[in-house]
Amino acid sequence: MTSPPAPPRVRSRHATASSPRDPAAAGESPAARRRRNWVTIILFLLPAIVLFGLLVLAPIALAMYSSFFKWNGFGLVPTNFIGFENFTRMLNDKIVIGDLWRGLSLIGFSLLIQLPLSLAIALLLNQKMRGRAVYRLIFFAPYVLSEVITAVLFTMILSPGRGLANELLGLIGISESTFLSEPDTVMYALFIVMTWKYFGFHMILYLAGRQSIPNELIEAAQIDGAGAWKTFRHVTLPLLGPTIRITIFLSVIYTVQLFDLVYVLTGGGPVHASETLGVTMYEFGFRRFQVGYASAISVVMFLLSLIFALGYQRFVMRRDTEGAITNMRAAR
Amino acid sequence: MSFSRRGVLSVAAAALFLAGCGSSGSETPQGGGGSGAAQEKVTIEWWHIQNIEPMKPVWDQLAKDYMAAHPNVTINITALENEAFKAKMTTVAQSGESPDIYQTWGGGVLKQQADAGIAKDITADVASWIDTITPAASAAYKLDGKVYGIPYDIGMVGFWYNKALFAKAGIEGTPATWGEFIDDVKKLKAAGITPLSLAGKAKWPGHYYWAYLAMRIGGLPALKEASVSKSFENPDFIAAGQKLKELSDLQPFQKGFLGAPYDTPEGQAATMGNAKAAMELMGQWAPNVQRDTSKDLGDDLGFFPFPSVEGGKGAGTDAFGGGGGFAVGGDAPPEAVDFLKFITSADSVRKTVGTGVILPVVKGVEDAVTDPRGKMVADSLAQATDFQLYLDQAYPPAVGAQVNDSVAELIAGTKSPEEVVKAITEVAQSE
Repeated sequence: MTSPPAPPRVRSRHATASSPRDPAAAGESPAARRRRNWVTIILFLLPAIVLFGLLVLAPIALAMYSSFFKWNGFGLVPTNFIGFENFTRMLNDKIVIGDLWRGLSLIGFSLLIQLPLSLAIALLLNQKMRGRAVYRLIFFAPYVLSEVITAVLFTMILSPGRGLANELLGLIGISESTFLSEPDTVMYALFIVMTWKYFGFHMILYLAGRQSIPNELIEAAQIDGAGAWKTFRHVTLPLLGPTIRITIFLSVIYTVQLFDLVYVLTGGGPVHASETLGVTMYEFGFRRFQVGYASAISVVMFLLSLIFALGYQRFVMRRDTEGAITNMRAAR
Repeated sequence: MSFSRRGVLSVAAAALFLAGCGSSGSETPQGGGGSGAAQEKVTIEWWHIQNIEPMKPVWDQLAKDYMAAHPNVTINITALENEAFKAKMTTVAQSGESPDIYQTWGGGVLKQQADAGIAKDITADVASWIDTITPAASAAYKLDGKVYGIPYDIGMVGFWYNKALFAKAGIEGTPATWGEFIDDVKKLKAAGITPLSLAGKAKWPGHYYWAYLAMRIGGLPALKEASVSKSFENPDFIAAGQKLKELSDLQPFQKGFLGAPYDTPEGQAATMGNAKAAMELMGQWAPNVQRDTSKDLGDDLGFFPFPSVEGGKGAGTDAFGGGGGFAVGGDAPPEAVDFLKFITSADSVRKTVGTGVILPVVKGVEDAVTDPRGKMVADSLAQATDFQLYLDQAYPPAVGAQVNDSVAELIAGTKSPEEVVKAITEVAQSE
């Protein structure tokens, strides 16, 4: 999430430093030069803007448009306008409400267990120990796998018959379990798989954040008599703040959009016990052919992510992004 | 200024994260718009779902044979896995295009495709040869008296059972009534044998139970009437739910069935093939999938029709099931229909039936069924007094999906029989 330096700053530096020595620009009026600058800017931005518009903005607009229609997806354009009915329907849809609760609980689990675990492992692997690089590599490896491969892998591991998990549990005397088949346990199983896949990613972020903390600060704290806990609590943790805030951000956004892992692992089942908004959207769009309603669900997912992203950047990450995307006025 | 730029950046960031869910793999099929002159070069896009042995090579060969006989025709085959086909078809349908020939199961989905103009009315084109096809097979593709598709397979759902396990539990013969069936389930339980294998994750196998019970108790006309009146709140359908609940209360299914898929090495078919369960309620393809995912039970595998229900309005000989067929795309060339005529000719049907996984849809080819299990289904089908298409195909997709969903919840014990018919009715009325 590192952002490039603010454009105005670059432009002002360019203007003051180079214009007197620039022979080509000397003969032009400032207005003409500004105009030429704009042409250049637009020319260079055009490919990116066109691609962004076609691949990102247009689908978003299209989804928003079709979310106001009752539409089975056939034909080129929806015709049966029903206003906000798809959205009010969602309020009474037990599955969608359930999706939101399940999303919230997954976020809770992630923030309370997954991120602290990653942080602990990162700090552990920051210490000088034999085979440190190997551990880092191994812990990061699951993140490299695609979600689908991860899900297929775990359907095998957690399968009720001859799965590895049951074999291991059998060794320590726990009888056969059917993790993914019980509505009561499926969310825990899902969370464990999610954690397995993503803790390495957060660990790497924390590790990078920890290594950017100068050792002098730690040493100074130790000289002042701070123990390991106090050093962590009052030096390491506050200085890891920006990293922690960004991992929370990524974790929440990921959970809102969780789809592939769940779809392959459980299909949202048993009896909707592990369904997420993404899975519900797919079910309605591709199985029930209620594309209008599915679009409405996707719009809600988009708005949830957008509102969270904007609010979080505005209020929580304000200081971290200072000078990059906020406070341009100060830079000028 | 500063706010708007920040806003734009945040939108961009959020949108980038979201971009992942909006990937569009829309591949527009080549509409071979050729019409008129016979020697004009024509391309036919053909999407089918026989992406594995033994059917894939047979379709390939038939396409080659046809192209050899008609040098101006090129047939491009896209063989997709079942679920992948459905997803891809949905995407393509939204562009208003369709392949020239594509897989269909008839019923409500085909109706939507016909209404949207991506399935062609071929009544006139096939009038001269449609009579060679058995009426039970072609019924699912006739909508409002018009023909929108041609079948290549037909079959029915029934109980596949393991004779050895039945013998072990001391069961003689096969149950003819629901009461006897429940008794057999209890006997199997008592003998320590899992009576039934079910794929709870896939949902559609569960709906077979409810559909058959509704047919036996309420009769076929009641199911047809329900889709017209859009009300399923019929006491007979509630009774069907109660009977199913009575069964699931006995806990007859394998451990962890709620999360079990159908055709993976841990799924319903494999549980059956590995002799871990005594019965499964499944269509004509069951032995083939058992063999692919686990073992072939050989002579131990038997078949009996769904038992009749005492006092029910439906006959015990009414069959439930379906097959597969091909619809013709809205702007397909006439050669597409001609090719369908070719693959449903007696010679071609002999080749497809020869694989042992397909039952003939054409009269006079019955002797080509050499597989003993195929014969069992074909015989039951031949005696069928009436035929009901799978409910999740016969009804509009949203209603069909709700039937699957609600019945799954009934079997899992989270919905009552009354709530099932209420949920299905609500969706039917909102369509």
